[in-house]
Amino acid sequence: MRIDCPCCGLRDNGEFTYLGDASPARPDGMDASPAAMLDYVYRRDNPAGPHRELWYHGAGCRSWLVVTRDTRTHDIAEVAFARDAARARDAEKAVP
Amino acid sequence: MRYSLLSVLQQAFKGQRDWTPQWRDAAPKASYDVIIVGGGGHGLATAYYLAEQHGIRNVAVLERSHVGSGNIGRNTTIVRSNYLLPGNVPFYEKSMQLWERLEQDINYNAMVSQRGVLNLYHTDGQRDAYARRGNGMRINGIDAELLDQDQVRAMVPFLDFDNARFPIQGGLLQRRGGTVRHDAVAWGYARAASDRGVDIIQNCAVTGIRRENGRVVGVDTTRGYIGAKKVGLAVAGASSQLAAMVDMRLPIESHVLTAFVSEGLKPLIDTVVTFGAGHFYVSQSDKGGLVFGGDIDGYNSYASRGNLATIEDVMEGGMALWPGLGRLRVLRHWGGVMDMSMDGSPIIDKTHIEGLYLNAGWCYGGFKATPASGFCFAHTIANDAPHALNAAFRLDRFATGAVIDEKGVGAQPNLH
Amino acid sequence: MSLALDRATSAAAPATSPATLQPFRTAAGGLIDRSQPLPFTFDGHAYTGVAGDTLASALLANGVRLVGRSFKYHRPRGILSAGSEEPNALVELRTGARREPNTRATVAELYEGLETASQNRWPSLRYDALSINALAAPVFAAGFYYKTFMWPASFWEKLYEPLIRRAAGLGRAAEAPDPDHYDRMHAHCDVLVIGGGPAGLAAALAAGRAGARVILVDEEATPGGRLLAERRTIGALAGTTWAGDAIGELRAMPDVRILSRTTLFGVYDHGQYGAIERVSDHVAVPEEHAPRQRYWRIAAKRAILAAGAIERPHVFGGNDRPGVMLAGAVRAYINKYGVLPGREFAVFTTSDDGWRTVADAVAAGARVVAVIDSRFEVRAGLTQAAVAAGARIMLGAQVIDTAGRPELAAITVMSDAGRTETIRCDCLAMANGWNPIVHLDSHLSRKPVWDARISAFVPGGLPGGMTAVGAAKGQFLLSDCLDGGARAGAAAAADCGFAAVSPPPYTTDPESDAHEPLWRARAGRGKAFVDFQNDVAATDIELAHREGFRAVEHLKRYTTLGMATDQGKTSNMAGLGIMAELTGQPLPQVGTTVFRPPFTPVAIGALAGHHRGQDFRATRHTPSHGWAEANGAVFVTSGQWLRAAYFPQTGETDWLETVRREVSTVRSAVGICDVSTFGKIDIQGRDAIKLIDKVCANAFASLPVGKARYAIVLREDGFVMDDGTVTRLGDTHFVMTASTANAARVMQHLEYAHQWLYPHLDVQMTSVSEQWAQFAIAGPHARDTLRRIIDPAVDISNEAFPFLAAAAITVGGGIAARLFRISFSGELAYELAVPAGYGDAAWRAILNAGASYGITPYGTEALSVMRIEKGHVATAEINGQTTARDLGLGGMMAKKKDFIGRLMKERPALIEPERPIVVGVRPVDPNDRIRAGSHFIGVDVTPGPEADEGYLTSVAFSPVLGQWIGIGLLKNGAQRHGERVRAYDPVRNGDVVVEICAPCFVDPKEEKLRV
Repeated sequence: MRIDCPCCGLRDNGEFTYLGDASPARPDGMDASPAAMLDYVYRRDNPAGPHRELWYHGAGCRSWLVVTRDTRTHDIAEVAFARDAARARDAEKAVP
Repeated sequence: MRYSLLSVLQQAFKGQRDWTPQWRDAAPKASYDVIIVGGGGHGLATAYYLAEQHGIRNVAVLERSHVGSGNIGRNTTIVRSNYLLPGNVPFYEKSMQLWERLEQDINYNAMVSQRGVLNLYHTDGQRDAYARRGNGMRINGIDAELLDQDQVRAMVPFLDFDNARFPIQGGLLQRRGGTVRHDAVAWGYARAASDRGVDIIQNCAVTGIRRENGRVVGVDTTRGYIGAKKVGLAVAGASSQLAAMVDMRLPIESHVLTAFVSEGLKPLIDTVVTFGAGHFYVSQSDKGGLVFGGDIDGYNSYASRGNLATIEDVMEGGMALWPGLGRLRVLRHWGGVMDMSMDGSPIIDKTHIEGLYLNAGWCYGGFKATPASGFCFAHTIANDAPHALNAAFRLDRFATGAVIDEKGVGAQPNLH
Repeated sequence: MSLALDRATSAAAPATSPATLQPFRTAAGGLIDRSQPLPFTFDGHAYTGVAGDTLASALLANGVRLVGRSFKYHRPRGILSAGSEEPNALVELRTGARREPNTRATVAELYEGLETASQNRWPSLRYDALSINALAAPVFAAGFYYKTFMWPASFWEKLYEPLIRRAAGLGRAAEAPDPDHYDRMHAHCDVLVIGGGPAGLAAALAAGRAGARVILVDEEATPGGRLLAERRTIGALAGTTWAGDAIGELRAMPDVRILSRTTLFGVYDHGQYGAIERVSDHVAVPEEHAPRQRYWRIAAKRAILAAGAIERPHVFGGNDRPGVMLAGAVRAYINKYGVLPGREFAVFTTSDDGWRTVADAVAAGARVVAVIDSRFEVRAGLTQAAVAAGARIMLGAQVIDTAGRPELAAITVMSDAGRTETIRCDCLAMANGWNPIVHLDSHLSRKPVWDARISAFVPGGLPGGMTAVGAAKGQFLLSDCLDGGARAGAAAAADCGFAAVSPPPYTTDPESDAHEPLWRARAGRGKAFVDFQNDVAATDIELAHREGFRAVEHLKRYTTLGMATDQGKTSNMAGLGIMAELTGQPLPQVGTTVFRPPFTPVAIGALAGHHRGQDFRATRHTPSHGWAEANGAVFVTSGQWLRAAYFPQTGETDWLETVRREVSTVRSAVGICDVSTFGKIDIQGRDAIKLIDKVCANAFASLPVGKARYAIVLREDGFVMDDGTVTRLGDTHFVMTASTANAARVMQHLEYAHQWLYPHLDVQMTSVSEQWAQFAIAGPHARDTLRRIIDPAVDISNEAFPFLAAAAITVGGGIAARLFRISFSGELAYELAVPAGYGDAAWRAILNAGASYGITPYGTEALSVMRIEKGHVATAEINGQTTARDLGLGGMMAKKKDFIGRLMKERPALIEPERPIVVGVRPVDPNDRIRAGSHFIGVDVTPGPEADEGYLTSVAFSPVLGQWIGIGLLKNGAQRHGERVRAYDPVRNGDVVVEICAPCFVDPKEEKLRV
């Protein structure tokens, strides 16, 4: 497999470390419920199809990336910096 | 026809004319007492034990493809009960005991071969971790021996003892561990279950699970609706998809594990050996091929193929452990999609939906568990309550914190 | 006549003067060099081949037709093919540590002095004792072993299985480490062309002429494919000439690389391909520094699959007899190798191209006695050469049996009317159509599709960026191969941005690919084999059908069809065809087996490359490594690091003695230990403290500048990930340490927290683990020692620089350094960090400075002893299964902030009072030794699952206490100090009564480290 790192270009997947599904959002602050945290830490959709997931380019630029990959074919539709995705996520959350 | 030397000889003279299909290729009936979804090893074993132990014979096993087409036929055939944690130890030992009498139980030679499983250690820390494991096994009445370097050398002298980057210090040996002919397990259970009245229905994919008033009433399939009082899911690799049909999200990710076989060779290695300083384990099949593997690829996958980074890693481990492998050739590598659970241990439990039972999360250790998994799942379904042996494999253990994390890597499936 | 000759030459080849005796070598022709004789041996007999031979062609040239024994029945087998699909002619190549079992004689290039042997036979190839198995063939039907050998149970391991294992297997592996080495290359190109036959050459030419970067891989020593095996013309040129010209033109192109002797074995995701180049397999020993093989990992924008096709054998009684060969192979041996595989040929064909064999054999001086074509009518003109040769032409007939002892001497032909007759011949050429090589395009789980025109599977959906051309696509006509190849090459180059001009159509000599498949011939007396190597006969497929193994995967696994070293290249289709007949289904509905990499078997050593022995993984050295090595340190592996475990002095005979001295010296004077392996992360920015507070479970907001603090990092599931320290060097500048084992992981975790969880924080970080050498200086004279190397302006008095103080200082006259007053040993101690380049000098300077105090270097063993004496937890306790509470650190958990792991650590099972918690233990009898990994069992309790109360995590011999001590995790441990339990260690025959105590054995009030 090869991942097109937005910083480094097309690189072999051996350079990256996988974390998992990027969709669970960490419940924030002191008032998060155990149930919400349980969901965040343990439960996954695990789709057979497009999957937004976190990869770390540890042997490259050290960027965390959000990769949208089809888990049946490994076709990669999009690769983005995780920080940009996280900021967008947080901005969305901030909107009342 | 009962299988025996006599029947084999008789048929040799009759041109093999009288053999019949090993199991009935059944068409679905309108309804069953129990439907097991998944015609792999665990599902077939469950059906067998339902019929044999609990007298529940109005059972169907639904298989989307053909019997044994999943991981039961893709694994590296190792059986062992050298587990560390209390939740796992008695369960896998039960499985070992069931393996030891499997052929007599089901009248099918699955070639259970107790040739030993040897886990190598390369540091003092690993030695102590294996001592902890071995002592725990012994306390549970399971055989375990901690070998020093000389003892390991006597068993497998061709490994790299003298020039290794991570020299072998010793190993943990379970002599009762070994290998089993994987396909034969599926076929043997299918035949034994079919003989006891179970309908094995192939090419029948479940497309929906119907509920009424909070309890299961049947399943929709590609061969029509089939009613059921109870439904058990045993579809490792696709558990999340089935669970999604009833809006459940599981603590499971699907990952691919690559396995390898070499060309056939005259006997080389008698035991199963695992390398402690890299991802590599190896045994030799009765046919002569070296069967080996390593770590999972490490990313969610439903594609049953691995990629080069992992393949290279496995070969490097092989050469580091056993430099005589160099000129031997890999014949074939293939992938299996497995349920990697969040703590590396399985789930055999009731669900919150009445009549729906779950058998999932086997990671890459499902094969050795096949008999006990069937035994315990059958018990759980028949009694609507878990057996003592699978009491720890609860679905709610992630909420309570009673996780069973042998490797101690936490809620990250790809590290288990 | 031919029979007698065969026996004479193959059974008793003269050992004395073999140089010229190649009775089946043609006088001229072929791509070999008759002027270069190459002596070699087979089963100890000396023979001679010539340059350009394969082992198979050389054996055939010498009249050796019996070369192997089959897997199950030990049937005599010869050479079926002339390529990598060979199922029968497997030999042990070379000897000693270079012995290569199961090598296909058809692809092994001959070299001078090659030693080869047949395999899977005893005592000899011609008289194999286990050929008695063939008599028991009625018993040994498919899957018979699943039905017997079950009684009594213990006999499986003792009797049946050892017998089966000994009989099974094929060749013998070498018994020594592989003496050769292997190379690994990464290559990138625009267009990868897989296969150097006419289609591949045409594709590479078109892409190369357009300017694309092209890699052409081809299995053989010389590309050309079937052009080298057939007598064809392209335009005005002979096919071989055209191929030679094409290769010459490609070689002249600067951006084209031709990899010959290279097999593309696998297609992987996103345009990655694996290939093995056999760099030195055609010589006796690789040249100095040259690898035996080179593994290429190729990343290509476009790939053109021009892998060709494999001819199908016929399934009829006795079809496995040596002398029965594929027709295409017969032509290859004649045209390419100048070898006649027999003197009197018969051809059994169902395809027009099978008839080509007649003219080729006649031209080479052989007799063709008969052509049997199961079709009732053939194209006018097809029979011309056969008529001219005086061969019998038998349309609508089939071969149903063979005879010979064991090499072929005659065939039995049955006419359409059912009349049989015997025809003498010593070589039967089989032509039953061709299967496109759909393996590679199937590796990414794409299924091939049925093409009724050619009765074969062709590529279905291709992997991204790949196109198929020529025979690999089911286009068997040479003109189609050339034109299709050229078009595909031009298109691939265009896709990569190179303007390509399509060449004008190629013209060739007349050709025809008409064919009607025959999945099996009418039943004869002999066994009709489908899978030669695994001895799967047509009757086995019938049995599988009878027993319900009708799905293609069931058929394969039950009968072992297609599971031999050739992976069914010549057998899978016939198996499917017969199953289709039995089930009454159209063939494509029976299905296809899944093709898996590698295409042909690949040496394990090649895929491992240089990663073996000491080079398996990188070795990391600490800054003091050179000094330690020179001073006799004993090293221990810690991940990739080599760390000094202890430093034996002259006269010390035992590691324990050395470690006791090191510990005693530290506790009484001073010692120095290299702790550079710890992870060091430099964290800077306005929000650095906020990030640290999220990542660490204890509180940091209050940490003043110039102070270090112990730090605990949890996983989100509430278990401890790692521990270390965080030091505030400035208002917005921190340095965090992580354990050696977790250094990379903690770095990744911090980046994760920053980039993904808390992206709004203004903070930057980088690992400085390699940039700083760090040494612990510990003991009552630590300060005195340190004063001698730090610059005079730095005040490290207890008042100015108390416990947990930290500062950026200078040493050795202005060299930037960092000093931390932290202690793992419990002594007055510092850690001094200097730029890594000064590490060795600083180490030596400290040793000099402390010499008058009796300083000792100490290693990881002493480090471990002292931390156990102090009850500090380390990797053995922080094993991923313990919480901070388990480790006795629960009280440090912050209450008033959110941090990773905060909620999950409170789950009910993790706060149960019964949960094992860290304790100290010491044997009641001080002479007893305890070992880590022992379990805690009540003193008078019988060991059993219920009695298991925890285990010993770490032990050490304490010089202070003069006895073994340990740390363990014990159920309800905090309440059990003073109680006695057993440290039960059955795997090492240990059973010691120990007393539970607080996990701290030395200076519990921590006075020493504050002086």
